[in-house]
Amino acid sequence: MKRETMINALLALGLLAVPLWALIADEPFYITLATRVAIFALAGVGLNIAIGLGGLVSFGHAAFFGLGGYAMGVLASHAQSYTPMMEWPFLIEGSNSMPVIWITAVIASGLAALVIGALSLRTAGVYFIMITLAFGQMLYYFTISWPAYGGEDGLSIYIRNGFPGLNTLDPIQFFAITFVILGLALVFSTLLAKSPFGLALNAARQSSERVETIGITPYRLRLTAFVISGMITGLAGALFADLNRFVSPTMFSWQTSGEIMVFIILGGTARLFGPVAGAALFIALEQVLGGLSDYWHIYLGLLLLCVVLFARGGIIGTLAGEEARHD
Amino acid sequence: MSLILLIEQILNGLQFGVMLFLTAAGLTLVFGVMGLINLAHGSLFMVGAFAAATVAGATGSFVLALAASLAAAAAAGALVEILVIRRLYSRDHLDQVLATFALILIFSEGTRWLFGSFPLYLNIPDYLAGPVTLPGGIQYPLYRLTLIAIGLLVAFGLYLLISRTRLGIQIRAGESDREMIAALGVDISKLYTIVFALGAALAGFAGALVGAIQSVQVGMGEPVLILAFVVIVIGGIGSIKGALIGSLLVGLTDTLGGVLLPEFFKLFMDNASATSVGSSLSTMLIYILMAIVLVMKPTGLFGAKA
Repeated sequence: MKRETMINALLALGLLAVPLWALIADEPFYITLATRVAIFALAGVGLNIAIGLGGLVSFGHAAFFGLGGYAMGVLASHAQSYTPMMEWPFLIEGSNSMPVIWITAVIASGLAALVIGALSLRTAGVYFIMITLAFGQMLYYFTISWPAYGGEDGLSIYIRNGFPGLNTLDPIQFFAITFVILGLALVFSTLLAKSPFGLALNAARQSSERVETIGITPYRLRLTAFVISGMITGLAGALFADLNRFVSPTMFSWQTSGEIMVFIILGGTARLFGPVAGAALFIALEQVLGGLSDYWHIYLGLLLLCVVLFARGGIIGTLAGEEARHD
Repeated sequence: MSLILLIEQILNGLQFGVMLFLTAAGLTLVFGVMGLINLAHGSLFMVGAFAAATVAGATGSFVLALAASLAAAAAAGALVEILVIRRLYSRDHLDQVLATFALILIFSEGTRWLFGSFPLYLNIPDYLAGPVTLPGGIQYPLYRLTLIAIGLLVAFGLYLLISRTRLGIQIRAGESDREMIAALGVDISKLYTIVFALGAALAGFAGALVGAIQSVQVGMGEPVLILAFVVIVIGGIGSIKGALIGSLLVGLTDTLGGVLLPEFFKLFMDNASATSVGSSLSTMLIYILMAIVLVMKPTGLFGAKA
């Protein structure tokens, strides 16, 4: 077995073991932490398809994370107040069923990614980074100033949305949902990377001209990757909103985009389990350093700086000790 | 809406624009010469404002406060360039974004640790306080008018620096071919430190000037940073002229949009919903402007290279 595969298996087992231990030890707080790791990792898996596979450094993935969150917030708040979302031209009711919310979140973020991607992918390099950032900010300011769904204060949902056959208010059952979705996303992401589409995308990242000369349009590949990437991050946003039972414009902020990127870089860019390792380390640091000092972001910043400057492959790159498959 | 109100808003937009220019100029220079995206540029803006507020509190002199903001931001910029930034020139943009994101965390939390979370205040000096009467009977705050003048002066100064001095020639040469000017015996790493410190000083100066209108607090740099990004993307990265025109466009669009859009929607909507639709749209207006510019000219208005 390759070293990276072993590390990946250990990470998956660890993410499963912590909440099971917490369940036995009756420490529900740690189950919630593990759920946050799984959700952040899912957001990172989404972004990793754009950055790691497609080479598209998007600094605006908070847009999709936030849209997923607001898909949950808007649907659940209408279900909560028994008011329809729309009566004309046809009736749309709110919903508090997770599958309905997920589908809405994925469709909404996919459509947004299609529009944002179609415009942004006309540019490249640093312009792409900045235009995606600007689109994220656009949605951020829009949610702040749009009063219908809480504006700056956000929306609180009193009861976590339901999933058929499960009690989602039980922390371990909600964790199980997020863990399974993360697992599916990881499998999907592996299959995608090995598929003809993934190979072509990877080739377009390495040498756009060569791909063009054999008759493939890089623009379409990249746009498709960007949309898939946005959809997965949007799903993570819906789960995150359900975890907190609260959505606010912060989900759209550029710091959120930065943090999702941080998960990937800490873990290792273009590594399958990079986002999992990165999100786990981020949450662990937040707990440990946050307990030591109110100013723990200084230490986070220093650590991040060291990883970027000296440990370029991130955690997995350093541990596995070999080049990422996509480098 | 009266003409006087409109002129006032245009002046506000100009003032906002020239202050954006001071921040954006450094950002675009650093990108143009060194090819580096610096997210921590907003932190240097904040450093300038905090230095000015501290010195003004201790000495009571606004001029000394401005001098302190220039010195502190330039020193912080030079230090950061020598310790961290110079290791990033050869890296890809992703690494640059992440490393400078880390610098923001360090700067923001460090400042919070030193000064606390409460905002500081920087007062407008007496000789610049109060309104002046402009031709046509318009009352306008003298301080804001001074800001416009300072901003335009700095823009002119930068133009002279870049087009007429030896340093300017080296900067322009560095933009087009860094290997060549290194081969010609110019100490390129010293040049990079100087350019970075110059950009930092301009941002810090802007922070101090704006700090007298707003409050001086942690996190004040990031909104300006994002706007400065919008400005240099609109103007074309690396172009000082583009930064000036982009700043004025963004400043005017943002200010006038906030006033005119609600009025516009009032023509065919009731007052309450016109205000809410108008103000929501106006906060998005500059990003829409940026998207339009990029779709028509993917490298910005005056950008040469992608």
